[in-house]
Amino acid sequence: MIKVIQPGLQTTVQDYGRIGYYEVGMPPSGAMDKYSFTAANVLVGNEENAAALEITYMGPVLEFQQDAVIALTGGEIPPKVNGELVPMWETLAVKAGDQLSFDFVKQGARVYLAVAGGIDVPLIMGSRSTYTLCGIGGLEGRPLQAGDELKIGSAAKQRVKIGTRIQEDLIPVFSKTNEIRVVVGLCSYRLTEESKERFFSLDWTVTAEANRVGYRFKGERLSFVEREQPFGAGSNPSNVVDLGYPIGSIQVPDGVEPIALLNDAVTGGGYATICTIISADLNKMAQVKTNEKVRFVAVDIETALQARKEYAYKLAQIKQQLQLL
Amino acid sequence: MSDQKNKVLSPIPGVFYRKPAPDKEVFIHEGAAVKAGDVIGLVEVMKNFYEIKAESDGVLESFLVNEEDILDAGQEIAVISAR
Repeated sequence: MIKVIQPGLQTTVQDYGRIGYYEVGMPPSGAMDKYSFTAANVLVGNEENAAALEITYMGPVLEFQQDAVIALTGGEIPPKVNGELVPMWETLAVKAGDQLSFDFVKQGARVYLAVAGGIDVPLIMGSRSTYTLCGIGGLEGRPLQAGDELKIGSAAKQRVKIGTRIQEDLIPVFSKTNEIRVVVGLCSYRLTEESKERFFSLDWTVTAEANRVGYRFKGERLSFVEREQPFGAGSNPSNVVDLGYPIGSIQVPDGVEPIALLNDAVTGGGYATICTIISADLNKMAQVKTNEKVRFVAVDIETALQARKEYAYKLAQIKQQLQLL
Repeated sequence: MSDQKNKVLSPIPGVFYRKPAPDKEVFIHEGAAVKAGDVIGLVEVMKNFYEIKAESDGVLESFLVNEEDILDAGQEIAVISAR
């Protein structure tokens, strides 16, 4: 058992996600920074899909009531065991009675805590991920609260030596200014040429409305091309006839503030999606904090697929490196 | 100890508020006495309101940020002088 002394700002149980129900309106949820999430599971010898804790901005205080093997990855929210700083990106042993707490966030936004065996919560539609808007998955469908107890599963695949560390060049560094790559479309034709150009030349600031559902950005107002309202579309110029929203797609309701839809977002609707964040950069997006800057960079599909390949290669390198030890 | 100053930091990024609600009075005025654990403001992020509490007794000397400023994580919010 892991006892929750303080829950942190928003700590949820997440696995790889609730995959396969998008067409019935169920978003995947799941870890937002999949790279860090996967690295944490690999470091404790879990199946890659084992449920871990996703910690946002401010860490919880947790008390282990049994010996456990853990790993912390992601942004830098310096972890402490019984008040002593411990390294991230490394396999750690904790003893029954040990308390895990965190300092203020230094870089990035989200930390993943994997425990050998995984966090044991019921599978809902094939996943342990928390989807708070619907109140399903994870622990009772909600973020952790003080007094909660988390069961540790028994699904560890292999033993990893304590002190095993991810190679330095495979540990991401997070910045306050970010370039996020996007593929333009599906409804980019709705923006004026001038607004399209502004969209890619502005530094957008992440607002306080930035969570697992989506990130909202502040910059300047964008304009849409004048048109006659098509049958089935809303009256606002930012409306189109309903379509499925790709994960990572960016819409600009009324042209006011762009919103990037992420893991817990609505799966479709009637706003023009002007571009979509490439899958390899969703991990980086998840580590951007409120008040930090993002510049969007347009790339083509080939570049996006190449970035996905490189991402898969980095994960393969982590696994290979750990197996060699 | 008499002129010791403690800075109150925000552990999270977000929008800063000195009032519990738009139509309410501020939690605390500059120059007022404050006790450890008193709420001096709120930071809103991810549709949560996080209470910023004084960590020491004293006088809330000044706020270093304005109502509705967007804060970085770790930003200094106020100075409390011990007395």
